This record gives sequence, C-alpha cells and structure tokens, in this order.
Amino acid sequence: MSDNPAFDTIKSEIDKNDVVLFMKGTPLFPQCGFSNLVVQVLTHLEVPFEGVNVLDDDDVRQGIKDFSNWPTIPQLYVKGEFVGGCDIIKEMFEEGELHAYLADKGVPVRGMATA
Amino acid sequence: MAGTVEAAIRQKLNAAFSPQSIEIVNESDSHSGHAGHDGSGESHFRVYLVSDKFAGQNRVARQRAIYDVLADELAGPIHAFSVTARTPDEIG
Repeated sequence: MSDNPAFDTIKSEIDKNDVVLFMKGTPLFPQCGFSNLVVQVLTHLEVPFEGVNVLDDDDVRQGIKDFSNWPTIPQLYVKGEFVGGCDIIKEMFEEGELHAYLADKGVPVRGMATA
Repeated sequence: MAGTVEAAIRQKLNAAFSPQSIEIVNESDSHSGHAGHDGSGESHFRVYLVSDKFAGQNRVARQRAIYDVLADELAGPIHAFSVTARTPDEIG
C-alpha cells in the first residue's frame, strides 16, 4: 500500500476497534466544531467508539488524509470501512440512515435489542 | 464582494460539475478569533451543489469528487469546508 509509517498506526486502530473516529481533540474535549458534531451524534446514538486525537501526532494527522484519500478531519470508520466526514455523518443521521447502517454492521446502537 | 478564493471555488466547481444550482457561503467572519481563522476572510466555506453529475454516486464519491477539484484550495487557504451535494432529482 505505502511505506508511510503512520499507516500502521492507523490500520491498527481500525483493526482493533469496530468504530473509530479520527478527530481533533478527544471525545470529552473536542477541539473542533466538526469533530464535536460527530461525537454528539455517536453519543446520542449510544455507540461505543474509539476517538483518535490527530492533534497528538502530526504523522497521523497527515497520514489519515492520505490513508483515506480524504483531505478533512473528522473521519469515521466502522468495521474497517470509511463512512465519511462531518457532512456525511450529519446527513445520514438526519435522514435516519446512520442508525440503520450501524445496526446493519452489528454495532451496538441505541434502541437495538441486545442478544 | 466575493474574494479570490471564493471566485476560484466557483469557477472550478462550475467547470467540473456544470451545476444546475450552486451556492457558496463564506462563513469566515463567524469564526474570527477561532483556530484556523487567519484574518484573510476566506478560510471557512459552505457549498451547496446540485448537479446531475452526482447521479449514481454515493455521498463519499460525490464529496471526494468535489475535494479533488478543489485540492489546491483545501491544501492552502481553506481551513473549514462543508459540502452538500445533490442531484436535481433529489431536490424535492
């Protein structure tokens, strides 16, 4: 794929966690309005997720843009699949698609019966 | 009066997507004093684009196509950029 060393870090986060949000700041203290919006949506849907603060590591901050071929942050991954950034997550949430998408992927989400 | 960055965004999107409708909102002034506000007055934009070129493309593909066209601006002066991309059929 590439010899970019940040890709290993990114790949390992995506492999390790079903839902990963690459964001500015942390889920508790987002440092960007767009990252905050996605955190609020995931929190509202009661989705467990891992937040990766790209401000902690310049290589990951640039690396995730190259990895996804997507020049902006935040970026949401579910089960290894790139879902989108803030605009897409907001649209999917508003149109009721995000809940269905997450449930379909087998991710625990608000209102879903647990086995 | 539109600035040079806004003019470049409009020209490139018009050329690439021949949109039925295009709206570019410069939100830079509402972010003054905030990180990424560089004083240029052209750092934060919101774009609404309606084009039949988006037909058959999912959200990620549409936004990626827009990002590709505006790669220079996104790598340079633009700090924040929001996109809504629709086809004419989706406008109800």
